[in-house]
Amino acid sequence: MSEPVILAIETSCDDTAASVLRGLDVLSNVISSQDIHDHYGGIVPELASREHVKGIAPIVQAALHEAKCTTADLDAIAVTYGPGLPGSLIVGSHFAKGLSMRLGIPIFPVHHIEAHMYSGHLEDPSLGFPAICLVVSGGHTSIVLLRSLSSYEVLGSTRDDAAGEAFDKVAKLVGLGYPGGPHVDRRAKLGDPEAIAFPRGLMHDGTYNFSFSGLKTSVRYYLRDHPDAPINDVCASVQRAIVDVLVSKTMKAAREHDVRAVVVAGGVSANSELRARMSAECAKRSIRSVAPRAAYCVDNAAMIGFLAAHRYREGHRPMDHSFTIAAHALRAVD
Amino acid sequence: MEALLLRSNSEEETIALGVEFAERLRVGDVVALYGDLGAGKTEFIKGICAYFQVEDLVTSPTFTIINQYSGVAVDGSSLKIYHVDLYRIETAEELAGVGFDDMVFSHDAIKLIEWSEKAEHLLPTAHYSVRIMADDENDSHRTIEITAPMTDKQGHVS
Repeated sequence: MSEPVILAIETSCDDTAASVLRGLDVLSNVISSQDIHDHYGGIVPELASREHVKGIAPIVQAALHEAKCTTADLDAIAVTYGPGLPGSLIVGSHFAKGLSMRLGIPIFPVHHIEAHMYSGHLEDPSLGFPAICLVVSGGHTSIVLLRSLSSYEVLGSTRDDAAGEAFDKVAKLVGLGYPGGPHVDRRAKLGDPEAIAFPRGLMHDGTYNFSFSGLKTSVRYYLRDHPDAPINDVCASVQRAIVDVLVSKTMKAAREHDVRAVVVAGGVSANSELRARMSAECAKRSIRSVAPRAAYCVDNAAMIGFLAAHRYREGHRPMDHSFTIAAHALRAVD
Repeated sequence: MEALLLRSNSEEETIALGVEFAERLRVGDVVALYGDLGAGKTEFIKGICAYFQVEDLVTSPTFTIINQYSGVAVDGSSLKIYHVDLYRIETAEELAGVGFDDMVFSHDAIKLIEWSEKAEHLLPTAHYSVRIMADDENDSHRTIEITAPMTDKQGHVS
């Protein structure tokens, strides 16, 4: 039997994305703000469901074209059902439902954060389980224990701001552009990470939860009291504070659950210090560490298709068309 | 009615003041929150959500723009809360694009809006205002000014 061909659609937030997979192989992966390097460097996507409405048909066509497929080749559709902006999610899910009805093929709704969690296995299917995944982006910061492709446990999450949000808000406070992550990363390379002792929220609380809200406040007051502070030192010290907590908690989880691999997923995984520190710590303990390529870290549809392909393969029943979009994030586990 | 002035000496107190404030809220109400980065807007909202027994994690919607939580009203019925953050919104088109109009006028939810100054012209005339101001003397102190809908109705030019 030939491998199923799946079209995946993702419109949960800023970007419109579509991807075609044959089995677990990604044939195409198209994102509205095309150039991934530019994406990391600072494209500001327009925040409007209107943009998704304009973009979705051409982007789906581009994904099919690049994969050398037509809609007649498709065996199933995958689509992000949440969490995300309701107005944006609806565009993708309605488009996917419509196409699925017209083609008479099944539809698999996929949770956006779950898809991010398995992007390491999309990058390298030999990773295996159990694995620890740090999902770290502008909107999310969680540590997840992955037991299999269909079983996981959220060990902890941020109690307030996500790490990517902390980068952006600090960049704004020191007068750097948006998105802040890449700017802070660049400046941090030129500064002294030990210059300022910014707080490491919840560092030693024994949980896998995070708190970055206090860091933002602390930077604000530091700048008020030290108006001439070198920006490079502020950036380096902030980045060190964030990375310290992320690495320390992720490695604690990796040890406690004796995992084979650590995955860093989501947009903030592009941060150079986070990548370097995490892989060094993993190497010390002979744990594999994976940071998926940029195209699988930003919001993309390949990761959505990947989970749907597994469900298809395992014989999961597809959903009927009555599923609704959902705004909720992952539930807390205490 | 005069604006109500409250004092908070810590994050915990800000949350507790949010819990107390939430008592007066009914389904359909809009709460506009103002305050600088790090003032404690999300903390105050955590308090409101705690009062309504929200079990979802209440986190900053800066990136997600709109978080939706489910809670429980005083009469035991279920209750929807929209937690909105307009920090990233730059233009009126973006505001329309994220579905702000539909959200802010929905009758079936309580709407809590951070960085409301970005949507001043779209807020319903009757809404609560919560301004959280830092204290120059002590970095952990905050003054919280609450204005109820009636005051706004008279004060507003619509």
